[in-house]
Amino acid sequence: MNEPLLSVRGLRISYRGDTRPLHVVDGVDLELAAGDFLGIVGESGSGKTQLLLALLGLNAGARLEGSIRYRGEELLGAPEGIWRRLRGAKIGMIFQDPMTALNPYLTIGTQLTEGARRHLGLSRAAARQRALEMLDAVHITEPRRRLDQHPHELSGGMRQRIVIAMAMICEPDIILADEPTTALDVTVQAQILTLLHELRARTRVAVVLVSHDLGVIAEVADRVAVMYAGRIVEQADAPTLFSAARHPYTEGLRRSIVPLEGPLPARLPTIGGLPPNVAALPPGCAFAPRCGYAWERCDTVAPPLALVSAPGAALAGQHRTEQHRKACYYEGPLERLP
Amino acid sequence: MSGAAGKAASPTRPRAVGLWGQAWQRLGRRPAALIALGLLSLIALLALLVPLLSSFDFATPDWDALFQPPSSTHWFGTDALGRDLLVRVMWGCRISLLVGLAASLISVLIGVLWGATAGYAGGTTDSLLMRTVDVLYTVPFIPLVIVLTVLFGRSFVLVFVAIGAVSWLDIARIVRGQTLSLKNREFIEAARALGLGNATMIRRHLLPNLLGIVIIYATLTVPAVIVFEAFLSFLGLGVHAPLASLGTLVADGAHHLKSHPYLLTIPALFLTLIIVCFGYLGDGLRDALDPHEAR
Repeated sequence: MNEPLLSVRGLRISYRGDTRPLHVVDGVDLELAAGDFLGIVGESGSGKTQLLLALLGLNAGARLEGSIRYRGEELLGAPEGIWRRLRGAKIGMIFQDPMTALNPYLTIGTQLTEGARRHLGLSRAAARQRALEMLDAVHITEPRRRLDQHPHELSGGMRQRIVIAMAMICEPDIILADEPTTALDVTVQAQILTLLHELRARTRVAVVLVSHDLGVIAEVADRVAVMYAGRIVEQADAPTLFSAARHPYTEGLRRSIVPLEGPLPARLPTIGGLPPNVAALPPGCAFAPRCGYAWERCDTVAPPLALVSAPGAALAGQHRTEQHRKACYYEGPLERLP
Repeated sequence: MSGAAGKAASPTRPRAVGLWGQAWQRLGRRPAALIALGLLSLIALLALLVPLLSSFDFATPDWDALFQPPSSTHWFGTDALGRDLLVRVMWGCRISLLVGLAASLISVLIGVLWGATAGYAGGTTDSLLMRTVDVLYTVPFIPLVIVLTVLFGRSFVLVFVAIGAVSWLDIARIVRGQTLSLKNREFIEAARALGLGNATMIRRHLLPNLLGIVIIYATLTVPAVIVFEAFLSFLGLGVHAPLASLGTLVADGAHHLKSHPYLLTIPALFLTLIIVCFGYLGDGLRDALDPHEAR
């Protein structure tokens, strides 16, 4: 196994609240090696986008604690210049909405080559050549013509391919994708996911894919982290997570997926209650108020993210990051809905 | 593929039509704006050429030809001092257009710089800059101009410096608002995620997106400034006699309204024409330059 490209330890992101600081991300650990495909699932407000932005040093007005290391170099508290050399060059970002992630006034070519010229120091012609290759790599037809077009002349799926090409043009080690398929049609979604997979296989780039859609994550990620109220509540390789979830929240999410085969349930199971309010989190487990398995202990002390010991636990010799972890006191079977 | 763009590009020229090209095309589909643009160009051209080609000049009185009605020698007639009104009106147009354009340019430059800085920097800088604007808004303008005229004397330059220095306030506010909303757009964040610095960001991503609204606002500022200059001249605070702007011509004409109405109506007609044309042009540009119009 490679040494980690990126390692995040005890990351906490807080914003100033009315009365006390709001911890939108609280104590997250992550590790990423070349070629990894990590999926992060969570509902709106679970802190997944904030986590991604932190990896680029782009959370405006937030207070960050903990540690973010890229190839061993500490990035938290690093000067802006260090970040700027990383952004786009070593860590690329794919944004949620391709309709707004491109500047409407600049041609595709100008926007695509911007990063390459800046970070790789390519000439205009060389950058253009590189852009053509990238457009080809993301399967855009007539790349030569596209370079001179403006974003509004392209379809949503095409724009997202452009955004991916922009993120990939400097051959970064890591690609951060923030809900890259949410704004797209289902058929286009599948194409974009396939493309991400293909690029990962070809370039060994590590991908972090954030989504609220468990189905999307299931399709492409090798490892999955489930976030709830700014914490990772369960972490495992994708097959384990989907076959043997050990956290009531994960199980609830999994059961809320509409089955593609077999009879539809009369009523789609949902997780009761409301998403957590970061400004008023309970002292214990943030999920406890919605959880059918909670007991007193859950309301007082938040459970740590610990190795799963029961069935489906880590096999001997598995890499640390592939181990199945959960933040829950409950050890029994998950049969009822939470 | 957006149909309009596909069709717009002719088969012999497969290169995509740029955003400005498209804006131009959309402007072309608005006859009112095109006619306005044509008329303005015509007036500007006449204002430039007529004083050069005419045998009369705007300053020399002709005591044998006082109050001549329009004729074949004096197409627009002559005024109380026997000066050819055609030449004087064209000089008026020159000055009014010049004041309008120069003052607008000044106000756009100051306003964009001020507003974009405030919006982009945010925080204390923003509050400081915008509160200054608020304070300047409260300064009563007419007394200010009167004081300036008293202090520096009536001068041509003073007129547009004074007007420009005041009308940038609106532009600063508009540009700041626009910058604020742009700053939170995803493509700005995307540019930041590409590792671009502040200067590149402002130059490549912010300014081009501001350009549309600034151009529109500028075309609407020009007539406002022209009216303002006319107003100042009407009050006697504008350009020196014998030089005349449309405003002073209207003011002079108003004295002879009953006996020689053409002295008022002709300059007033040109003034109105210029203002209406700029209005229509600004309207057309607003529709043409809005990228959301792109279909």
